[in-house]
Amino acid sequence: MNDKVKRNRPTDETADTTPIVRMERVNKHFGELHVMRDIDLSVAPGEVVVIIGASGSGKSTLIRCVNGLEPFQSGRIEVDGNTLSPNGASGKSLQAVRTEVGMVFQQFNLFPHLSIRDNVTLAPRKVRGWTRQQADDTARRLLERVGIIDQADKFPGQLSGGQQQRVALARALAMEPRLMLFDEPTSALDPEMIGEVLDAMRELANDGMTMMIVTHEMGFAREVADRVVFVHNGQIVEQGPPAALFDTPQHDRTQAFLSRVLKH
Amino acid sequence: MEFNFQFDWQAAIASLPFLLKGLPYTLLISFAGLAIGFVVGILCGLMRISPTRWLRYPAIVYIEVFRGTPVLVQVLFIFYGLPSLLGGPINALTAGIAAIALNAGAYISEIVRGGVQSIERGQREAGLSLGLSGGQTFRYIVWPQALKRMIPALGNQGIVSIKDTSLFSVIGVGELVRQGQVYIAQTFTALEVYFMIALLYLVITLSLSMALSLLERKGLVG
Repeated sequence: MNDKVKRNRPTDETADTTPIVRMERVNKHFGELHVMRDIDLSVAPGEVVVIIGASGSGKSTLIRCVNGLEPFQSGRIEVDGNTLSPNGASGKSLQAVRTEVGMVFQQFNLFPHLSIRDNVTLAPRKVRGWTRQQADDTARRLLERVGIIDQADKFPGQLSGGQQQRVALARALAMEPRLMLFDEPTSALDPEMIGEVLDAMRELANDGMTMMIVTHEMGFAREVADRVVFVHNGQIVEQGPPAALFDTPQHDRTQAFLSRVLKH
Repeated sequence: MEFNFQFDWQAAIASLPFLLKGLPYTLLISFAGLAIGFVVGILCGLMRISPTRWLRYPAIVYIEVFRGTPVLVQVLFIFYGLPSLLGGPINALTAGIAAIALNAGAYISEIVRGGVQSIERGQREAGLSLGLSGGQTFRYIVWPQALKRMIPALGNQGIVSIKDTSLFSVIGVGELVRQGQVYIAQTFTALEVYFMIALLYLVITLSLSMALSLLERKGLVG
C-alpha cells in the first residue's frame, strides 16, 4: 500500500480485515463542552494509526474511550468483538476489552511500591491466572526486549524516565494485548530519552502490533504510521496515509496545525 | 514557712505493683478499641468516598457525630445511657472499648479517605487498563500505597486514643488512672503516683511511635 517495507503483518487476501476497533458516531460531553463529535474510526489488525491535533482537541480522550477509561454519552465502540456502551453501561465487556488492550500513559504510571519485575507480572498473574514462573519468564523476555533486564529488581523511582516508559511498555505487553494504545508516550520525557522509547515502539510496530498512538512526534508519525488522523475540536477533520496528510493536507485546519508544528 | 515537698522515690516505686494491675486494662481498651476502630475506619472511609449516595451519607453522619462530640460524653452515653435503651447493663470495659472504637473509627475514616484520595488517578487507570478489576486495582495498587502514606496519621490517632482511655476511670474501669486514684486514697502520695502514671503512658506511647517509625522506614511492602 505504500513504499515502506511492510512488516510481518497479514497483507494477502486471506487476511482477516475485520477491524479490531470500530467507533461509530461516538459523542462525549464534559458538562457543556462537547469533546467528541460523531467520531467514526476503524482500525484494522496490524494497522498503526497516529492521532494528531492541538492540545485540547480531544485526541487523548478519543483513545481513552477505546479502553473505557473515559465514558461516552452516545454511539458505540466495538473492540475485538466486545461492545462498549454509552454512559459506562458496558458491564462485563469492559474488563474483557481492557484485558485485550494495552495502554502506555504520558506519566508512565508505574506502580512505585512494586519492583520492575512485579510491575510486569502483576496483571498476568492476577488477571490471566499465570503462575509466578510463567509470568517471570514472560517478564524476563519482555524486559530483555526493551533493554531493562538488568534493572528487574529495582523500583520505578530508581529508573530514568525513558527506562520507566520502556518498563510501562513491557508491562502492557505482558498481557499479550491485541491492541496497544499510546497516550503521548514521550511528552513527559527529557529530549535525550525520547529516542529510546520511540525505538521500542517502532520495533513493536514492525512486529505487527495494532497500535493507536497520540503523539506530537511528527517525524515518528510520518515514518511509522499507516494512517494519520487529524483531530480538531473533537472532530476527525482529515485522515490518510502520512505522506498525503503531511505533504498535501486538504483541510485548512490541518494546514494551519501542520504549519505550526512542522516549522520548528 | 517551710515547704517539705519532697519527691519520695520509694513511695513511687512502691505504688508500681498496684498501678501495673491497671496496665492490662489500659492496653486492652486501647488496642481492642483501635483494632475495631481501624476496621470501622477503613469501612467508613471507603464509604465516604463512594459515588453511591446511600453509602456516602451514613458515613458522613457517623464521622461528623463522633468527631464532633467528646469521648467522655460518648462513653458516659454508652455506659449510663444505652442500658436504658437496651434494657440491660453494659460492662464498663465493653463501654470503654466501644467508645474508643467509635471515636477512633471516625478519625481513621478521614485518614483512610485522605490516604486513598492522595494516590494519583493514573495509578488506578494503569491498573484498570491492564485488565485488573476495580477491586484488584484497589487491593494490589491503591491500598498498599495509601496505607504507607497513612502511617504517620494513624500513629498519631493511636497515641490520642491511648491517652483517651484515661477518661474511663469515671465509669470505674480499673485502668491506670483509676488504679492510681484508688492507691492515692489510701497513701496520699499524689505527686509520686501521678508521676508514675504519666511515665507509664509515656512508655506505651513511645513504644508505639518507635514501632511505627520502624515500620515506616522498612516499608510495609517491598
